[in-house]
Amino acid sequence: MDIVWFLVLSAFLFVIGAAGVLKRRNPLVVLLCLELMLNAGNLALVAFSRMHGGQAGQVFALIVMVIAACEVVIGLGIIVAMYRNRLPIDVDEMSQLRG
Amino acid sequence: MWFEQVLFFIAGIGALAGALGVVVLRNPFYSVLALVAHLLALAVLFLLLHAEFLAAGQVVVYAGAVMVLYIFVVAYIGGSDEPLRPEGGLLNAFGPLFAAAIGVELCIAFIASGLDALDTRGADVGAGFGSPAEIGQLLLTRFLVPFEAASYLLLVAAVGAVVLARRRRGLEDIGALEEVGAPPDRRNPPSAETTLEVRV
Repeated sequence: MDIVWFLVLSAFLFVIGAAGVLKRRNPLVVLLCLELMLNAGNLALVAFSRMHGGQAGQVFALIVMVIAACEVVIGLGIIVAMYRNRLPIDVDEMSQLRG
Repeated sequence: MWFEQVLFFIAGIGALAGALGVVVLRNPFYSVLALVAHLLALAVLFLLLHAEFLAAGQVVVYAGAVMVLYIFVVAYIGGSDEPLRPEGGLLNAFGPLFAAAIGVELCIAFIASGLDALDTRGADVGAGFGSPAEIGQLLLTRFLVPFEAASYLLLVAAVGAVVLARRRRGLEDIGALEEVGAPPDRRNPPSAETTLEVRV
């Protein structure tokens, strides 16, 4: 397969993720859509790494996976804290970060 | 190489369907399951790009561990269907429009980039390309500093999650007790656990 197919697919996935972030209100689903966007970036990185024949892009994608895991952990921690504090689970209602 | 193309289209359609499922499905639990399907399809795409170690990591770490964390939190919060945005909201109308604009922009960028290698199958690579041995060697030599920084980042994130999700003896419990109107002793008998947390 030509590399450009992978890049177009990653662009579509990124767009779907961005639309989800803008459209959905549940912070859990917003986090899932952020995952979609990060994974689309990963796919593009791996495709470019294949294009150049170097493995630096794959290492970069690995680091992106680590960042995504950290983001998930912190985001889910915030959501659990929201639930504990009986705040509405809705990104529109959450406009300030104050313990 | 018709087999490769067939595999690409199957995995690509699977990835797109999974991504659409995440966005469209109303129940967060089903969204998480759709994301698992999406990640598995993406792992197949990584295999097609000779990124074997990354595909394995994707399946084990992402579709396995991270998604289990999601499932736990969805089960804890309760996968309630969210209400739709009020009709006529600005973001509701312009959100998908902005996303489509990003898509058009990205496609223009691919076409106008002028990279000749985009229309090829990529550079010729050896048999060990993307194998755990080569990636591991890169991580421990050339990318040692990012590797160590990532490990510290994971540690900080783990500690931060514990601090964030800790059960605090704070305002929320006092408010809850006032709502119920029960004496504090009967509602919350002092146990070893609570005293420990107070001390922390």
